[in-house]
Amino acid sequence: MLKPSFTVQAHGGSVPDLPPNEFLSRPFCPVVDFLELFMTQRIESFRLPNGLLVVFEPMADVQSAALSLLVPAGGVRDAAGRCGTAAILAEMFTRGADGLSSRELCAELDNLGLQRGFSVGSAHITFSAATTADRLQDALPLINRMLTKPHLADEDFEPARDLISQSLMSLEDEPRQRLSKVLRQHSYPAPWGNSAEGELEDLENITPDHIRQHFQSFVTPSEAILGIAGNLDFATLKADVEAIFSDWKGQQVPQVTAGSCPLSPFHLPHDSAQTHLGLAWDTVTYSDERYYEAWAAVSLLSGGMSSRLFTEVREKRGLCYAISASLSTLKDQARVMAYAGTTTERAQETLEVTVAEVLRLHEGITDDELQRCKARAKSSLIMQQESTSSRASSLARDIYLLGRVVTLDEIHHRIDSLTVPQVQQFIQEYAPKSMVLVTIGPQPLNADCVGQLI
Amino acid sequence: MKFQQCQLSNGLTLIAETNPSVHSVAAGFFVRTGSRDETAEVSGVSHFLEHMAFKGDDRLSADDINRIFDEIGAKYNASTSEEVTMYYAAVLPEYLERALELLSALMQPSLRQEDFDMEKNVILEEISMYEDQPSFTCYDHIMATHFAGHPLGQSILGSNESITALSSQQMRDYHRQQYHTGNIILAVAGNCDFDTLVTLAEKYCSRIPHGTAHRSLPEFHSRPAVNLITREGSLQQNLMQMGEAPKGNDPLRFAAELLSVVVGDDSGSRLFWELVDPGHAESCDLGFSEYDGAGAWMSFLCCSPEDVAANLERCQKVFDDVSTNGITADELEQARNKVASRIVLRGERPMGRLSLLGGNWLYRQEYRTVADDLKVIRGVTLEDIQELLKRFPIRMTTTAGVGPLSSLDLPTEETTPEH
Repeated sequence: MLKPSFTVQAHGGSVPDLPPNEFLSRPFCPVVDFLELFMTQRIESFRLPNGLLVVFEPMADVQSAALSLLVPAGGVRDAAGRCGTAAILAEMFTRGADGLSSRELCAELDNLGLQRGFSVGSAHITFSAATTADRLQDALPLINRMLTKPHLADEDFEPARDLISQSLMSLEDEPRQRLSKVLRQHSYPAPWGNSAEGELEDLENITPDHIRQHFQSFVTPSEAILGIAGNLDFATLKADVEAIFSDWKGQQVPQVTAGSCPLSPFHLPHDSAQTHLGLAWDTVTYSDERYYEAWAAVSLLSGGMSSRLFTEVREKRGLCYAISASLSTLKDQARVMAYAGTTTERAQETLEVTVAEVLRLHEGITDDELQRCKARAKSSLIMQQESTSSRASSLARDIYLLGRVVTLDEIHHRIDSLTVPQVQQFIQEYAPKSMVLVTIGPQPLNADCVGQLI
Repeated sequence: MKFQQCQLSNGLTLIAETNPSVHSVAAGFFVRTGSRDETAEVSGVSHFLEHMAFKGDDRLSADDINRIFDEIGAKYNASTSEEVTMYYAAVLPEYLERALELLSALMQPSLRQEDFDMEKNVILEEISMYEDQPSFTCYDHIMATHFAGHPLGQSILGSNESITALSSQQMRDYHRQQYHTGNIILAVAGNCDFDTLVTLAEKYCSRIPHGTAHRSLPEFHSRPAVNLITREGSLQQNLMQMGEAPKGNDPLRFAAELLSVVVGDDSGSRLFWELVDPGHAESCDLGFSEYDGAGAWMSFLCCSPEDVAANLERCQKVFDDVSTNGITADELEQARNKVASRIVLRGERPMGRLSLLGGNWLYRQEYRTVADDLKVIRGVTLEDIQELLKRFPIRMTTTAGVGPLSSLDLPTEETTPEH
């Protein structure tokens, strides 16, 4: 949903949080004071007989607890021509479950103070929730009923589809948001590049039966992951989760076969004040040995306000307000994605300067700039320990992408040991051979600078 | 958690909530200045100045500021609203001194001409960026319409024309007039020692000049108005409405906060069930905005243009029903539970505490703990809500929109019986 913002920030959209936006915050800490914080970190996990994998991190210094539940029912599972099935399903979970009407369900969850939401990504539908620690466990039975026994009634289908349709129309009116959708489509092969929010023209092909089929086939515990973090006792939590979620049944989900990507450069005409431009190129995934080198390379480009893109494109040339690059990673493929928004007459220059800055990384990096990336990583990592919600979602995503949770201590070690020659070598070996370019605005740009880069 | 305050030797107020169990510390300068304090000739100067603060002072260059903030791994930024300009940084405790040094440099920027000329481009880009966001354009527009003739109606960003015409001398004059101890407080929340903090603040803040606060708070009464920006190519219609609500220092503001949750929270509220759940609108909510000497109900609606008339009718019905019949005990309890949980979660992070700490002090010279807020939320009764509705029924006087529509038929209001 779009909410008007009430303040205007100096550095607004241009400062991506720590590592890849897919998982905010990892990296490390060389300071002895915090070793204790890392060494005392405990991660507990167990798997229920139905396959649900539960991973828990106790956090003693907070009053709250949060969870993140990933079910393998995301947009990649939408059948061809029915893009938006997962999005409608996510919208229907809240519309009554296991004998509770949607209003009853909502009232019960609100009375537990549960802040919550469904989101649809390419791989998963994710349910996230947080409240005070004493009430999270009380919410688990309700969450289980909502997730595993939703009514998915015919009469609730039209309103849910109308909502998805309206949010897609709003997205058409917001060129920056639309750009990220189109950039993704041009960066990953279908269905990984498909829009998890859906496609307007596909919505009318979807029926209530498709929603129920999607639910039955993909909302299954066999590959589901539940991450929990907060001030809770593990033994009680484990007993509760086992008692509550053991009845959830479902089959294995099939593998996804990937197709192809539409060609780029691609321009979408839009009567907008700015030209919005997106660039993407290949990098390594989170599970790759060299992930932290890839992270450092992006961080040098866009990790803070002293990073290269911010300095060269915005500070020195005043070409735009928003510019950023971040690492996006799926399980087996990953991209760096960059964005800039700029008035049309300066868009060509913005594109060329941005591409030149990416290539200029190959000429060398300094130890100072790498140290700054490390420092930002360190504080992000430590501050993450103050938020149960960000810990819960990191736990679940680690399990999905790696099959295990990376401890703070390990991340500390990995980042701390990065050296200039090592990052430099990565930058050379993974230099983009070409880039995907997508633009939205009044006019297309000359794309010569993103073709044959080496 | 412990609250302490003191006045530094130059008269600057320092407030701090220290908490040894968190891992970071957040510090911020809250400056009582924003678009409402500008004249028409310098429209947008508060926000432009906020950008210029990061260009450095006589000792540090723009590069130094950005570089050192990154070296200490700070999460830092600044924001400008109609009433407050805020500069903040969250850091690990060992870097508090460095962060304070940098933040205090932001209070006394050099405002060099070449930086001013370059940053002007960035501001113009930012204005264009927001123009491409219909919901923001709508917000800017309803504020201008609702508060027409009142300082709160002045745009935060300014316009292409006002920014283009602005000179660095005008900005220097504005800075001199607004950035002094009468308008600035330093607030700190998180893991730090107060005595050390006082020493550091004395060391770095002494250059902030002494001054006395002055802000004109003219009485405000809105007159009915409708104002639409037509964008034929848009698919969705954005609409906002505003009406009078309690002022920022009115004790009824807590009841207003809870009532807005019952009526217009983004899920589980009256508007949600009437408009969003049935799929009539993509989003529809009601908020309560408190200002210095003013207050407003503010609703937001986004839907297909052909559904606008019916949806406005639905909103009106919800507002009239609540204004006439009040709300139920169950609804109030549900709202209390939602708000209480938000207060606790937000209070867990130093950054979350900082904005409340600074805001409460700037607006009301008061300190409130998380427990105080919880207590007052728990204590709001149905009688308080009735009192609120008697004085401030949800009666929208102003409507503004961005989207395909060029005219609107507003539903006529049900006559509310005299209380």
